[in-house]
Amino acid sequence: MANKWKLIYNGIIPGNPVLVLLLGMCATLGTTSSAMNGLMMGIATMVVLICSNAVISMIKSVVPDKVRIPAYIVVIASFVTMLQLIINAYLPALNATLGIFIPLIVVNCILLGRAEAFAGKNGVVDSICDGLGCGIGFTFALTLLGAVRELLGTGRLFDCVIYPEDYGMLLFVLAPGAFLALGYLIAIVNKLRNLK
Amino acid sequence: MKKLQSTLPIMVMSLGLITLIAGAMLGVVYYITKEPIAQMAHETQVAAIRNVAPEFTNDPEADKWTWENEGLTYVVYPAYNGDKLVGAAVESATMSGFSGEVRIMCGFEADGTIRNYEVLSHAETPGLGSKMATWFCDPTGSRSVIGKNAETASLYVTKDADKNGEIEAITAATISSRAFLEAMRNAYEAFKQYGQTLKN
Repeated sequence: MANKWKLIYNGIIPGNPVLVLLLGMCATLGTTSSAMNGLMMGIATMVVLICSNAVISMIKSVVPDKVRIPAYIVVIASFVTMLQLIINAYLPALNATLGIFIPLIVVNCILLGRAEAFAGKNGVVDSICDGLGCGIGFTFALTLLGAVRELLGTGRLFDCVIYPEDYGMLLFVLAPGAFLALGYLIAIVNKLRNLK
Repeated sequence: MKKLQSTLPIMVMSLGLITLIAGAMLGVVYYITKEPIAQMAHETQVAAIRNVAPEFTNDPEADKWTWENEGLTYVVYPAYNGDKLVGAAVESATMSGFSGEVRIMCGFEADGTIRNYEVLSHAETPGLGSKMATWFCDPTGSRSVIGKNAETASLYVTKDADKNGEIEAITAATISSRAFLEAMRNAYEAFKQYGQTLKN
């Protein structure tokens, strides 16, 4: 059991997909204009990651090595499409904010990366734990980045007003602010990790 | 279990099987969600019409009238009270937004007074152009378009002095504001066209 906790923990802090491994930057920068968007995108990615990790570790022995990438992509794409249909049907508000970023989860390198590096070599339960860990890590990083950008850019946090919007630096809601905020976050995380 | 060899028949079989299963699963999910998705789209549409159009007793969706002009499609949902045309909700669009298409639903009284509007979809900058959903119904200054008569008022931003613009643009998002107002003018144009067809 301790081993499973370690797998989950590894995805959250030492091997955080965004802040340490720098994977999935496109989705990270694109969707984090507010903390809520970041949180939602993180959860959506986590759901797909857990499902695809589980299935890939199940089918790994019937997939010959040479066609493993297309096979993995088919699995990932199917889950993303299912998720998109479900969001469309039952969560229209989420669909309106995340829109085109949901299909883009397919090309998020975290999913294929975990499939290659972990799920293709380990058992189902371990793979689910790994997916859960990385998913939480990804969600955590996106929410944090979204919160920083929303707070600096619009003076709000999860849509609650912290200070008047007129003092906000709009730059942080826009694309350049995403790069700046992400860069500083990574720098701070690196500093904290080196302290240990 | 030993890993399968990468020979051609095995690869074809394996990949074929996986895609077959994935396809079947997708089919099932599509089948289940088809109804709710259509219903959701319908409800959003009806809610938008109800929100912007005057009180009506007919079914505006059944009476809808489409007009195509310069590559864009406008849909007029007329609102009748009894037999009398009291106004309409017009679904309008423009491609001149800061990042592409802006779709709005605007409601007019029969005489062209703007009742209300709703932004259906846009890709404008968050925090700037995206404010259009609330900006143009904010009574502050000369921002609001609500209550203006689309026939007589100049629905241009104040910066367009040659057009005697009356509407204050969103701060730092003049392009988005121009696009919004263009969509509004187009909507009124479509509404007028609809009036023409009634006379004929």
